Amino acid sequence: MTLVQMPVPDAATLAHRDEIIAGLGRILPKSRMVVDERGLKPWESDALTAYAQLPLVVVLPETTEEVSRILAFCHAHDVKVVPRGAGTSLSGGALPLADGVLMSMMRFNRILDIDFANRAVVAQPGVTNLGLTRAVEHRGFYYAPDPSSQLACSIGGNVAENSGGVHSLKYGLTTNNVLGLEMVLMTGEVVRLGGKHLDSDGYDLLALMTGSEGLLAVITEVTVRILKAPETARAVLVAFSSSDNAADAVADIIAAGIIPGGMEMMDHPAINAAEDFVHVGYPRDAEALLIVELDGPPVEVDDLIARVEAIVKARGAVDCRISTSDAERLAFWAGRKAAFPAVGRISPDYLCMDGTIPRKAISEVLRRMRELSADYGLRVANVFHAGDGNLHPLILYDANKPGELERAEAFGADILRLCVAVGGVLTGEHGVGVEKRDLMGTMFNEVDLAHQMRVKCAFDAKQLLNPGKMFPELHRCAELGRMRVHAGQLRFPDLPRF
Amino acid sequence: MDALRPMTEADLVDIIAAAVADRVPLAPTGQGTKAGIGRPVQHPRLELGGLGGVTLYEPEELVVSVRAGTPVDDVVALLAAKNQELAFEPPRWRTPDGRASRGTIGGLVAANLSGPRRFKAGAVRDHILGVKGVSGRAEAFKAGGRVVKNVTGYDLARGLAGSWGTLAVLTEVTFKVLPKAETEMTLAVAGLGFARAVEALAGVLHLSVDVSSAAHLPAAGAEGSFAEEARTLLRLEGFAASVQARAEVVARHLSGFGPVERLEAEASGQIWADIRDLGAGLAVGEALWRVSIPPAAAAAFADRLAGLEPRRMAFDWSGGLVWLRLDGALPDLGADVIRAAIAATGGGHATLISGPAEARGRIAVFEPQPPPLAALSRRLKDQFDPAGILNPGRMWAGV
Repeated sequence: MTLVQMPVPDAATLAHRDEIIAGLGRILPKSRMVVDERGLKPWESDALTAYAQLPLVVVLPETTEEVSRILAFCHAHDVKVVPRGAGTSLSGGALPLADGVLMSMMRFNRILDIDFANRAVVAQPGVTNLGLTRAVEHRGFYYAPDPSSQLACSIGGNVAENSGGVHSLKYGLTTNNVLGLEMVLMTGEVVRLGGKHLDSDGYDLLALMTGSEGLLAVITEVTVRILKAPETARAVLVAFSSSDNAADAVADIIAAGIIPGGMEMMDHPAINAAEDFVHVGYPRDAEALLIVELDGPPVEVDDLIARVEAIVKARGAVDCRISTSDAERLAFWAGRKAAFPAVGRISPDYLCMDGTIPRKAISEVLRRMRELSADYGLRVANVFHAGDGNLHPLILYDANKPGELERAEAFGADILRLCVAVGGVLTGEHGVGVEKRDLMGTMFNEVDLAHQMRVKCAFDAKQLLNPGKMFPELHRCAELGRMRVHAGQLRFPDLPRF
Repeated sequence: MDALRPMTEADLVDIIAAAVADRVPLAPTGQGTKAGIGRPVQHPRLELGGLGGVTLYEPEELVVSVRAGTPVDDVVALLAAKNQELAFEPPRWRTPDGRASRGTIGGLVAANLSGPRRFKAGAVRDHILGVKGVSGRAEAFKAGGRVVKNVTGYDLARGLAGSWGTLAVLTEVTFKVLPKAETEMTLAVAGLGFARAVEALAGVLHLSVDVSSAAHLPAAGAEGSFAEEARTLLRLEGFAASVQARAEVVARHLSGFGPVERLEAEASGQIWADIRDLGAGLAVGEALWRVSIPPAAAAAFADRLAGLEPRRMAFDWSGGLVWLRLDGALPDLGADVIRAAIAATGGGHATLISGPAEARGRIAVFEPQPPPLAALSRRLKDQFDPAGILNPGRMWAGV
């Protein structure tokens, strides 16, 4: 087994399960707790289904006060807590612990305030990403980050994972679009950060919270910035006979000063899987397909479309189609948006990886990936956010064939090491979770990781919130707090002074 | 000991280790252009000018890595040569004698102070991709990376922005850079009062015109460099055809408020640079407050300041950023009235940017935090700087 090992459950907690449930039952009605095994079963995984674990108990609080009381109770009794949004994490961020309370935030499903004058929406964390846009689109506004799971994923989960999406090159990630939070620390203390104004009044704890994967605090309210939707959007669908040419075209578009609303690339296997699934007329013999979307006032979009067309033709595009209607634009996207389920049809199982690389390394990484694919005897299909170098290689395998999952995981780990080796990172938008936890050492040394863990210690000194995620090894805060510098061993160095 | 000047990261680790061992607090300093901001501290300076230079610039990747002691001007010029920029518009506030300051990248990030375009493009912190630094534990560490999309671990790179050298001394910062707009234009209406101005600005934000800056400058006294008459300004940037088309839409909207003046590219750039760099500059003997509030609260906020008789006021970020100049002789420099006005009109924060040192030691320079948040800030400080040697007391007493 190469699967990441979770910490050994605490025997005392398991032994006191009944008392813990009784204690929680004094805070919540029975109807909002799940304790029996059959009821717990649906909660055993998030979207990374290779990992499953029944939680100790599931709680479904509805108010900040309930969250505060539950956390204070668990803090007092040293019980671990795993917060969960919609459960769409692709990295196991919401994987339960056998000795941990799973706290579902999906009852926090109300939009609290739509403030067009300040271009802000205040929502509870269980509101879906798309739900935010739905609430404001009648006035022509939208919430910019659009992860492909936006129909299901929650805004609280988006903050926890710092979710991206197709439009993040131009409009930023979650971290660039969140204005404020209400959160509850493991001690039960309620803390508010930011609001409808900009910038932090002290340390930028909002930055630390965004992407903290549920390890620092439980989010109970989110304030996001909304934007006026662009007047129009058009897309260009371009086929290339080599991925090198496609990668060069991407670089040329950026170099021309154009920041497209979205710029996506698919390789030959992904093109064909998508075309088999949605039949929108993708060119099957293309080695690489580029979708470039431009948005803004019509005059700007028309101008930029012409510029992009000239660039891709100069880079040897074999086919270039420009959308003339919104229906056609959406058809261009249909295959890309359906890429994951499309690949799901040609393989019993797949692993979705999520490294980011400098754009210039795209060709090299694709070539190395083909070699690794041959070495491991596993197919790989690639879709990626070409504009920001965020790769989503889909490794195809069959979990029923002994050893294939392990081989797929080893292949995936090699891809991520490759991403780091060319100057990139392990994860662009899916998070570390359990999946990439043990690879953190390829990007960060012990001192780097210790500084990150000290953030954890400032928020959650007992390390009861979502332990076993993100960090390969658990160190006690007391140990991390020790200073390695000792008086008497050092002198002021001989340095130029003035 | 007056100042220490490390030339390498290893020097810096040694200096901080020694300071920890001897419990000597240090004040990390670039060019000292922001030395007057914050509570007054007397620590020996840790001068980072020796840690300068650009270590990586790949225009086609939209990324630049710069060592902390590098002057911001140098980075701006380097990027401009490739028609790129730091999109948050780093301010270079003018000194009391009217000179442009030459602050460093380290200071820019430590203060997280952004220009007029922050309202659309985000703050300094939004453009940070990675950092290297040395914490108060005398350990060199890195966080983040060099690519735009990165969620590997806590976002410590952005999280250190605005920490005023109290958690770690940054040695290198990697930024996302963006292409400069092909051109820009500003549309202006003269003579509006606060309420009408805020109405004019807010209305534009409901049009699909992608305004990149929006400000209102009330009528200036003789000391300002801005026009004598109040001006309400909206900036459009982008490709020429697009700017023209959007300008028509904005002009139609503004015509309901008065005659619309158009400032073409050069004049437009100049007025926003003026706003970015604080016009006439920091003045001696005055208090200058920087107030961040919900943009739609601007007029109501201003109404509550009547008793203070501000000498000058300017609204940027469509009303979300208020600059307030007050008489430096006011007992609390107006802190109580300003903070009560913020609390009463939707929340936010006020930071004293300039004021007599004696007063800065007495009143809260940064917005006071409620107890659980203050305790959390202090715990973070203790984790990164347990000996309390990095700029203690600069932001809050005892932190």
